[in-house]
Amino acid sequence: MKRRDFLKKSAGAGLAAGAAFSLGGYDKVWPAEMASAEYDMVAIMGGSPEAMFDLGIQEFGGMGTFIQKGQKVLVKPNIGWDVVPDYAACTNPALVTRVIEHVFRAGAKEVYVFDNSVDHGPSCYRTSGIERAAKAAGAKVVPAHSERYYQEVNIPGALVLKKVKVHEVLLDTDVFVNVPILKDHDTTRMTGCLKNMMGVIWDRRWWHSNNLDQCIADYGLFEKKPVIHILDCYNVMFRNGPRGVSRQDIVQMKSQIIARDWVAADTAATKLLGVELEKIEHIPLAAKMGLGTTNIESLNIKRIQM
Amino acid sequence: MKASFLRQFRILFSTLIFICFFIIFVDLQNIIPEKYIKALLSLQFVPSVLAYLSLKTVLSAGFALVLVLTLLTGRTYCSFLCPLGIGQDIFSRIGGRIRKKFRRFGYKKPFTIFRYSLLGITLLVSVIWGFYMLTLLDPYSIFGRFMTFFAKPVVVIINNFFAVILNRFDMYGLHHIPLTAYHLQVYAIPAAFFLLIGILSLTKGRLYCNTVCPVGTFLGFLSKFSLFRIRFDENKCTRCGRCAVGCKSSCIDFLNYNIDVSRCVDCFNCIEICPDNALSYGIVHSNEKNTETDEGKRKFIAGSLAMLIGLPASLKSQDRNVPVPGKGSTVKENKTSPVCPPGAGSIADLQKNCIACSLCITVCPTNVLQPAWLEYGVAGIMQPVMNYHKGFCNYNCNSCTEVCPTNALRPLVLEAKRLTQLGKVNFIKDNCIVKTEKTACGACAEACPTKAVYMVPYEGNLRIPETNTDICVGCGQCEYACPVTPFKAIFVDGNPVHQVAQKPVDKEVDIEIPTEFPF
Repeated sequence: MKRRDFLKKSAGAGLAAGAAFSLGGYDKVWPAEMASAEYDMVAIMGGSPEAMFDLGIQEFGGMGTFIQKGQKVLVKPNIGWDVVPDYAACTNPALVTRVIEHVFRAGAKEVYVFDNSVDHGPSCYRTSGIERAAKAAGAKVVPAHSERYYQEVNIPGALVLKKVKVHEVLLDTDVFVNVPILKDHDTTRMTGCLKNMMGVIWDRRWWHSNNLDQCIADYGLFEKKPVIHILDCYNVMFRNGPRGVSRQDIVQMKSQIIARDWVAADTAATKLLGVELEKIEHIPLAAKMGLGTTNIESLNIKRIQM
Repeated sequence: MKASFLRQFRILFSTLIFICFFIIFVDLQNIIPEKYIKALLSLQFVPSVLAYLSLKTVLSAGFALVLVLTLLTGRTYCSFLCPLGIGQDIFSRIGGRIRKKFRRFGYKKPFTIFRYSLLGITLLVSVIWGFYMLTLLDPYSIFGRFMTFFAKPVVVIINNFFAVILNRFDMYGLHHIPLTAYHLQVYAIPAAFFLLIGILSLTKGRLYCNTVCPVGTFLGFLSKFSLFRIRFDENKCTRCGRCAVGCKSSCIDFLNYNIDVSRCVDCFNCIEICPDNALSYGIVHSNEKNTETDEGKRKFIAGSLAMLIGLPASLKSQDRNVPVPGKGSTVKENKTSPVCPPGAGSIADLQKNCIACSLCITVCPTNVLQPAWLEYGVAGIMQPVMNYHKGFCNYNCNSCTEVCPTNALRPLVLEAKRLTQLGKVNFIKDNCIVKTEKTACGACAEACPTKAVYMVPYEGNLRIPETNTDICVGCGQCEYACPVTPFKAIFVDGNPVHQVAQKPVDKEVDIEIPTEFPF
């Protein structure tokens, strides 16, 4: 680069930076860049799901860190059950709304929401309040209850789950945002970020009959990974999971975990749930497959009390 | 009364009714509220009679209105309210378009003895054994089966066609719906009737209604006493015969200025056709009434008596096929009893009151309700049965109990439905993945809405299902979710008589809410 060009460009950059400072203020330019490099995980406690997310995602520099302008984004909550929001079997609808709003603010062109429910799909969409919440925020709620919506993909490196049918919207979108809810789980002891992927695939029965824990870990290898995991721990189901029987199963933890590493987020969540990691198979298996770390002491965690 | 108005009103009214019936049977997204469905069905003659017999309330006595209507106006029910009748009119119109000849009916002699005999048998069988004949012959039920078995799949295919196109344009208002088939054998009866009624209506107008249909025969008999009817003005008639040619019921004997009231469905076509205004609809004075009434009665009684003697004994053996109460769980997936839908009370009650119109089957969102083949025995063919390999009973759904027009499925509020035990869960450990594969599974326990299936420690970190039949509601979520083939490791054995499940024990989780992060 010629010296003259360099001078021209740096002057331009300086001007732009100066303009940014004067218009947007100091804190809006810098903390974003620095924070995103700093924290592996942000844990928030004590606020509403929306307020905790507002605060937590800021530590990563906002949703803009993960989303470029004009991209199509999939926001995948847990809509597995035909149960009202109070029972906390599905992701908190208010949180879903807020996440979608942030995604749009980051410049997303389109936001899609779906889940392959266990109960009757359309009823789950309705009863959970998520269909309405997502539509209110401007997202498109996509049906997921027919095999027609699923396409077969290969998972190189998988031990068991070498092929799987995934929802076409997952393949068509540019960015994948995971918004699971933390719950007790009868089969896998807990459900969180990794387990939430069972809602983007078609044939869960195959997983159940072919080493479920390994399948969950294997699926993590699929190239279309979530860029960020927002684990709803506001109302947490402590027993009778994953469906829950009554409101008595719920403890209001008023927490949220946001992380890039889903193994780490799930590991931290086990401590909230009070389940020993040794009792859970799929999280250590996922760590072994290189999907993340269970050694959360080594991570840089930002803890926020509201 | 003004001629063209009557016919046009009939066409408009019946088209609306037909569209309503069509919609409730193919309402793919379950949008229509149950109370509207019930209101529409309240005037269907046979369902209303059955509902009244079981409920004995004024509201369920829609059939009484039909009786009054018939005594006043003749068989207007058949042209205005019967969906099968209206459907035949549509077919007959199409038939006229295809071949002009199909539109030329002409006067035919009635099959009086056959009609009344068939009505007699139907009534007799219904009184003595059950509604088997009505199930086969009731026009509303036949129409319902046509819709559920044939029309709905067509609508689903059209829906899916547009859903796929819209999805391509990023629009998701229509859902793609998987097309599922019933037992192939179950299609035999509706298919046979569809052929019979379809061909008859294409070529012969209302011949089915005037020979086979028990409601048509009964209302025809009543309409002989009706106040309003179509009459000839002998002074105006030129005996051109156009009325007879255009009569779907082939009931106008214009040479004798006679209209067979028992076959006239009050379609008013003849009034419009007549170039001389010789036909009109109005009150008939007693001296004008023909004397055929008595003969009809005589034939009716004779026919009934004849049937009493010649009743097919084979019908009696049907009852033996009704499943007997189960003895409890067995080791193999060995169901001792089919599961009958919520609100039925018991298999016996269901069999007594259900005329297999299949409305419950078509409104069921999870497709767990299927038309039975031989699950309930020969007498129960086409009645609704729970099939947990095809679906499960959604815990928060009571649609089937809300729509049943005959009260065979009694309305259950959601709270009551959630405690109605349709059957009991049975776990076959030797089939279970956890034991055979030594890997984690718990699909059954996950899906169970009451935790009647729950997991207990097994080997290492593995946990295996255990069941508590006291709180099981028999919804079949466990059986549906179980991944084991061909025999499931968990299944619901039906309660021939539904029982009340206990409420799941409910106590607070004893956990201190953390104020700091435990990590």
